[in-house]
Amino acid sequence: MNPAFTASPFVGQTFGVTVTKLNKQFGRTPVLRDISFEVKPGEIFAIMGPSGSGKSVLLRCIAALEVPTSGEVRIGEFDAADPATRDKVHLALVFQAGALFNSLSVYDNLALYPREHRLCPESGIRERVMHALSILSLEKAAQKFPSELSGGMKKRVAIARALVMEPQLLLYDEPTSELDPVMAATISEIIATLREQMAVTSIVVTHDRSLALTIADRVAIIMDGRILATGRPDEFKHTTDPAISNFLNPVIDLKNPRFKQLENHHE
Amino acid sequence: MKYLSLVLENIGGTLLLMVRALKYAPTLPRQFPRFIEQCYLIGYTTLPIVTILSFFIGSVLALQSGYSMENFGAKQFIGTLVGLTMARELGPMMVAILVTGRVGSAITAELASMKVYQEVDALVTMNIPPERMLVLPRLAAILVMMPILAIIANLCGWYGGALVCQYTHFISVDSQAYFAALKRFMEPKDIVDGLLKAEVFGFVIVLVCCYTGLSTRGGPREIGAAVTKAVVASLILILVLDYFVTKALLFTT
Repeated sequence: MNPAFTASPFVGQTFGVTVTKLNKQFGRTPVLRDISFEVKPGEIFAIMGPSGSGKSVLLRCIAALEVPTSGEVRIGEFDAADPATRDKVHLALVFQAGALFNSLSVYDNLALYPREHRLCPESGIRERVMHALSILSLEKAAQKFPSELSGGMKKRVAIARALVMEPQLLLYDEPTSELDPVMAATISEIIATLREQMAVTSIVVTHDRSLALTIADRVAIIMDGRILATGRPDEFKHTTDPAISNFLNPVIDLKNPRFKQLENHHE
Repeated sequence: MKYLSLVLENIGGTLLLMVRALKYAPTLPRQFPRFIEQCYLIGYTTLPIVTILSFFIGSVLALQSGYSMENFGAKQFIGTLVGLTMARELGPMMVAILVTGRVGSAITAELASMKVYQEVDALVTMNIPPERMLVLPRLAAILVMMPILAIIANLCGWYGGALVCQYTHFISVDSQAYFAALKRFMEPKDIVDGLLKAEVFGFVIVLVCCYTGLSTRGGPREIGAAVTKAVVASLILILVLDYFVTKALLFTT
């Protein structure tokens, strides 16, 4: 466990998420087909799938950044699509690329939410921001701008920004993508610890097998816009489903016919 | 048909953005630092180019009209012509064109890049309406800065015309006679009408540029395309609106 973690002062009610018969089409292309699942309050729920399987679109539908073609997402008892839900549920989304405000320093990125919502005076905001930065060992980066940060630091700043919101539902979009294995492990620890300390419901979209199978309470496998299976991580370790097995335990085969074909093409 | 529906969609989207932004008007005092920043960007940074161009537009106007009016002995009315043309038409129009190129393009590029790099999505998830934080301060700032820029453009144009009249040998109308003619036929309504036009143009420029920026989808290439689209749409709208606003103002007492 990362020693930099301290007990978090962020406490609050948590909400479960219920997705019912969700469909999403872009033009005539279906991206999500009849997706249904339930995430219990305080749970870490991982959504795994290959690139282009619709994971991020699903997360954006939960965050109400995309309007579903049909179906419903409920956060607790509230309809996620209702703008009033944002006033009732503190939902934070950690974007894949961080989505930090490039014209603001790290400190101001974190201070934006409490300032805009007038949650406390500037001294309180400072305390809150510095606490979130200290949880993620980012105190020295407070005055830096996002362009001066490494990929791993950007992800941690994005998580710190989410923490300042005191979220009741925390969504992560590919939190370990483009990171080295050590940083990926640190981010996984952070996600698990935040759930432990804040009892926050977390939905993690990832194709990182070790992240999903290590920290998640339950995992859903999504392929081609459909949920193939949902279950505890240990249920997937010895799966007999060839599609899931092939995704979770890919074998690098240099005698693969596709590889041969490519080789011949170059000749 | 597809093109028409796209135009209608853009008009509807822009009007909706206006309504949403104006809904947050009571929160404007909280946006004061952003409002001041936008006033600086829109007004102060555009001022040098407005000053120089208006001065030379007034000069050219005096030169051209002096050349023509000299033939039928109407040189003494050059001041009236330059004064009225600058106040009612060229002042607000020039400022609007310069603001479109200088400020409108910057607004679109900034908002489009925020949209493409998901900063706008981040604002939405933080329950901070982009219309309140990004659009409203710009709308308020343009409404304050456009009349100021138009007044400065008028003054520069008038003085440019006066200098040309005094020092061009085939015109030779001294400044006193020039400004006397300018005052004689000009009413306060002429200046107010010009300022109203500037307000309308500025409001439209910011709305169109904000809407185009915030509706950008795709990658860096689309940011450039959005800027071109916003500038072209703003310029067309300014010229079309100019006709209708002028007509409306001419028949309003």
